Amino acid sequence: MSLTESIARLRGPRLPRADGLIPWIVPAAIVLIWQVACATGFVPARVLPAPSDVALAGWKLLLSGELARNIWVSFWRASAGLLVGGGIGFAFGLANGLSQLSSKLTDTTLQMVRNIPHLALIPLVILWFGIDESAKLFLVALGVFFPIYLNTLHGIRTVDPQLIEMGRIYGMSDRELFRRVIFPGALPSIFVGLRFALGIMWLTLIVAEAIAASSGLGYMAMQAREFMQIDVVVLSILIYALLGKLADSASRALERLTLSWHPAFQKH
Amino acid sequence: MQEALHFGLPDAEAVGRVDYIEQARRLRRASSASSHGLPLTIRALRKSFGDNEVLRGIDLHVPAGQFVAIVGRSGCGKSTLLRLIAGLESIDAGTVSFGGETQPEDIRVMFQEPRLLPWARVISNVEVGLGRDRASVGASARAEKALIEVGLRDKRVEWPAVLSGGQKQRVALARALVSDPRVLAFDEPLGALDALTRISMQRLLERVWGEQAFTAILVTHDVSEAVTLADRILVIEDGRIAHDVTVDIRRPRERGSADLAALEGSILRHLLNTADSP
Repeated sequence: MSLTESIARLRGPRLPRADGLIPWIVPAAIVLIWQVACATGFVPARVLPAPSDVALAGWKLLLSGELARNIWVSFWRASAGLLVGGGIGFAFGLANGLSQLSSKLTDTTLQMVRNIPHLALIPLVILWFGIDESAKLFLVALGVFFPIYLNTLHGIRTVDPQLIEMGRIYGMSDRELFRRVIFPGALPSIFVGLRFALGIMWLTLIVAEAIAASSGLGYMAMQAREFMQIDVVVLSILIYALLGKLADSASRALERLTLSWHPAFQKH
Repeated sequence: MQEALHFGLPDAEAVGRVDYIEQARRLRRASSASSHGLPLTIRALRKSFGDNEVLRGIDLHVPAGQFVAIVGRSGCGKSTLLRLIAGLESIDAGTVSFGGETQPEDIRVMFQEPRLLPWARVISNVEVGLGRDRASVGASARAEKALIEVGLRDKRVEWPAVLSGGQKQRVALARALVSDPRVLAFDEPLGALDALTRISMQRLLERVWGEQAFTAILVTHDVSEAVTLADRILVIEDGRIAHDVTVDIRRPRERGSADLAALEGSILRHLLNTADSP
């Protein structure tokens, strides 16, 4: 071991913790300035309640069990929609990436449907499904379908043809070729699709819950608006931000785990 | 021509190497009825891409274990010939045969790009070369042996992304060698490497060829590489074999020696003359 390596190793454990804190400096500063602005009366409480009031509102809702229930309902809708829509998108992406016939048959249709903003279907969806769970599920699934479909398709089509030729020369069967060459090659692109999908998933859910729901975070925010509980409205928005960040972190962790071979994810 | 080798002091490593190579080859020949390599016979081979006739009747016999280099200008059809030999393209007319039944594992190709799977560790990349045997019990032991052969045992659990260009190409060589092939086709395998790495790779190729006695087909645009490595050089022009030169210079061949330079010069003249007279 060289001297520089040993120094790097000695310093190693301390750096990640400091690195992990840096991204939180800006949000913490914003909360602090916000609190000061409210406390000094610079921002009236009617316009924006202080972070401490929002926290208090959150605490009350937590004690009543309402917050946990609404978060759980929204989380369930989001993940079920992602699973269904993402699963179908992934399946179509695979089929159209691997088979010329399937691509010719369905790609044009899918591209046409893609250009309809899926939120424009809300009136139709309410007429079809009412305001029960299937309406939200349908909208989220439709929203996440396209980014996952497009990126899976793109990933499979851009796998290095030289690697595929190599696989064939070394006698890989179609299944093995898919498992060892095509799928790992498409994975980085599929993850890009997943992260786009996560953003669309929350967006769709908020809108759907605000318009047609009787539970969930979006519903909680709309109810609070009716009763002029601005602290609860702000609380819901903050929870969306946290959940979005959580979903993104989860997908990043999954990325790091499965793409450890990728130069972008290697520690130097 | 053999006399010319004796001036100049060959370095100690080269002397050790030739004894090793000669010994290994002699052992091979003594132990089995024929050497490990397969003979290659090509008759009236033709290949066109659209209206462009790339190969216009190639006839060639390569004895088992011979090291043949194929040189020629870009677009002369040398890579196509190699791809036909390796079975990577369909044949329009004529035959390519290896003197009997062959398994896919008997014939291996090494390309200019290493073509390693970036998402598989070095050792798994080598295991790919085992073909149908890659699921067998001894697979990783055989892969490790091949890595030792190319001097990369300590890199076996690395990702390909951290290797240098020369190291990647050595992994690709290990992958090609692991199934113990009887014909190895090289498509400009050293074309993308720097000059020094290329020389050490040439030595490595010569060594493994000496030890394993496969039939080697090397396509290259580098005439000095062909002269250094091959028993025989084919010059391809306009889709035909224009010259068939036997390289009668003893190994180890010293880079820059007078007889190598003379041979290289004469082959280059062949190539340049055809370029000047359209």
